[in-house]
Amino acid sequence: MAFENLTERLSKAMKNLTGRGRVSEEDLRATMREIRLALLEADVNYDTVKKFVANVREKASGADIMSGLDSAQQVVKIVNDELTATMGDEAVPLNKSPKIPTIIMMAGLQGAGKTTTVAKLAYKLKNEEKARPLLIAADIYRPAAIDQLEILGRDLEIPVFSMGTDVNPRDIVRAGLAKAAENKNDYVFIDTAGRLQIDEELMQELKDIAEIAQPDEILLTVDAMTGQNAAETAKGFSASLDLTGVVLTKLDGDTRGGAALSIRDVTGKPIKFVGQGEKPTDLDVFYPDRMASRILGMGDVLTLIEKA
Amino acid sequence: GFAERFNRFLANFRTVDEDFFEDLEETLVGADVGFDMAIKISDELREEVKLANAKRKEDVRDVIIKKMVDLYEADGVNEDTQMHFAPNGSTTVILFVGVNGVGKTTTIGKLASKYQQAGKSVLLAAADTFRAGATKQLQEWGERANVPVVAGKEKADPASVVFEAVAKARDEHYDILFVDTAGRLQNNVNLMQELEKMKRIIQREIPDAPHEVLLVLDATTGQNALQQAKLFKDSSDVTGIVLTKMDGTAKGGIVFAIRNEMHLPVKWIGFGEKASDLREFKPDEFVYGLFKELVS
Ligand SMILES: Nc1nc2c(ncn2[C@@H]2O[C@H](COP(=O)(O)OP(=O)(O)OP(=O)(O)O)[C@@H](O)[C@H]2O)c(=O)[nH]1
Ligand SMILES: Nc1nc2c(ncn2[C@@H]2O[C@H](COP(=O)(O)OP(=O)(O)OP(=O)(O)O)[C@@H](O)[C@H]2O)c(=O)[nH]1
Ligand SMILES: [Mg+2]
Ligand SMILES: [Mg+2]
Repeated sequence: MAFENLTERLSKAMKNLTGRGRVSEEDLRATMREIRLALLEADVNYDTVKKFVANVREKASGADIMSGLDSAQQVVKIVNDELTATMGDEAVPLNKSPKIPTIIMMAGLQGAGKTTTVAKLAYKLKNEEKARPLLIAADIYRPAAIDQLEILGRDLEIPVFSMGTDVNPRDIVRAGLAKAAENKNDYVFIDTAGRLQIDEELMQELKDIAEIAQPDEILLTVDAMTGQNAAETAKGFSASLDLTGVVLTKLDGDTRGGAALSIRDVTGKPIKFVGQGEKPTDLDVFYPDRMASRILGMGDVLTLIEKA
Repeated sequence: GFAERFNRFLANFRTVDEDFFEDLEETLVGADVGFDMAIKISDELREEVKLANAKRKEDVRDVIIKKMVDLYEADGVNEDTQMHFAPNGSTTVILFVGVNGVGKTTTIGKLASKYQQAGKSVLLAAADTFRAGATKQLQEWGERANVPVVAGKEKADPASVVFEAVAKARDEHYDILFVDTAGRLQNNVNLMQELEKMKRIIQREIPDAPHEVLLVLDATTGQNALQQAKLFKDSSDVTGIVLTKMDGTAKGGIVFAIRNEMHLPVKWIGFGEKASDLREFKPDEFVYGLFKELVS
């Protein structure tokens, strides 16, 4: 594993604490420093870390030592619970429109995984609900973006609506929605081009598309390897769009994925799915508790705590 | 953002005390340099500011920028930041590697334009046969740059495309061959081995090739980029880095840590999606970029 395990660090910081009744102020300070480091190493945003640590500190200073758990473990448990709570405790399902179609629109930086996620999610719905999705190819900028979506659609036997690259994406979306109405598709996915949140022209295009399509979901797609910039990106996109959720991609890497926490903190929107590979089946529902352990870098310790 | 935070920190600046340096550490962490690196930098700056006897805010800022450039460069004293080419007349092969979606294909498109315009004969190898539309994407870049592309069938063995392209480039005396590979995460052992295999094939056909193995890194990547640099270097002897998406708000500070631990120089900076959005990396410009909102 790339990063030092938080529990190892905490244990080191607190090794002479075991068996004592209460965590002293000084020990707590040392511990908080370790937690801070662990979170920063996991790429949790700096400001988010600050807030979070202050929060945990308050909870930890009031806590007594539970039997069977040493202080390090107990602090880890508090941190873990707090992280899980911050990320929403429970999985949040996809929004669904009372009448068809449910419209899902993608947004995100270049290369985050929007197009791949569209294919994965449509495929998932097709398999699980016998859904009949339509994919709208509204990225006219990236070379071969339309081909990419069309090939994915062809392989998964999901129809793709495209009008080439000479038509305004707003018009493509309008026409695509008309097509979906005609064909009675129950889901419509709008694949949009990657863009920087500071690109005003392209952000306006996204706003217009949202205005036209009135989507049930606007999913911000974020690369799990993102660093401190995640908060900035999330801020930018949520200032322009009423995001409804987040998809965290490329979690099959050995990243800690602390960006998840930053994004959640900034947008207040649930992470709904995680991408764990390039295959169409590599999309999973997001579980806050698993993500919490991942950010902290502790698998076995948790089971230990649960048993105690 | 980083500059904003740095500004705030300078605004609050009164004396060069411990708080000052703690704030500086935070600022550096915010640029993704990583915590250890931030401590290292701020320790050295602490020394430097003392030595320079800097008292005024402007002096401190100047010392910091100068020292950051020095630090960046010191880690790479004996490094070659230039592009390597084959000796006169023979074909240069440049292999591109990196995780998914960082900008490999786009960077090849940009470099193809650049060298084509400089009068070189350029050939591209579409050895990403995996990702949907990857070949078509490279072909569009090839058309834009007016250079030919060797492509295989969908889902063909990428090694066979590499073989065909290297043989063609050598036999038809192309000046430069750029090889595009599929994105792969550094912890995917099978895919990393596939990369080694492609490299071996290149070497078999042209013994001193590849002349460069460029690792493409997305500037928005956090601490994981260090892992990327380590594992790609281990498996394919990376010779340099292309740092992309520098037109965004991320500062790419992680290259400080990479430079420090692995001595991998950044050779190119990508700052947009157009063919011309690429320039050679200049450490001083890079550091200046971290602070640009302030210095102007
Ligand atoms: N390993 C891994 N790769 C992924 C995942 N999701 C997407 N990718 C890869 O990431 C790269 C970029 O994915 P795309 O779907 O093209 O990203 P995008 O956001 O549509 O990109 P643009 O349209 O250029 O903005 C491709 O190589 C995908 O195969 C994931 O969960 N894991
Ligand atoms: N803003 C910005 N976008 C970039 C830059 N370089 C590449 N991109 C965009 O990032 C996305 C991914 O670029 P690609 O060149 O397809 O990346 P890749 O590494 O080849 O991706 P895979 O082959 O899927 O692994 C595309 O939308 C590009 O247009 C850059 O310097 N700035
Ligand atoms: Mg796309
Ligand atoms: Mg590519």
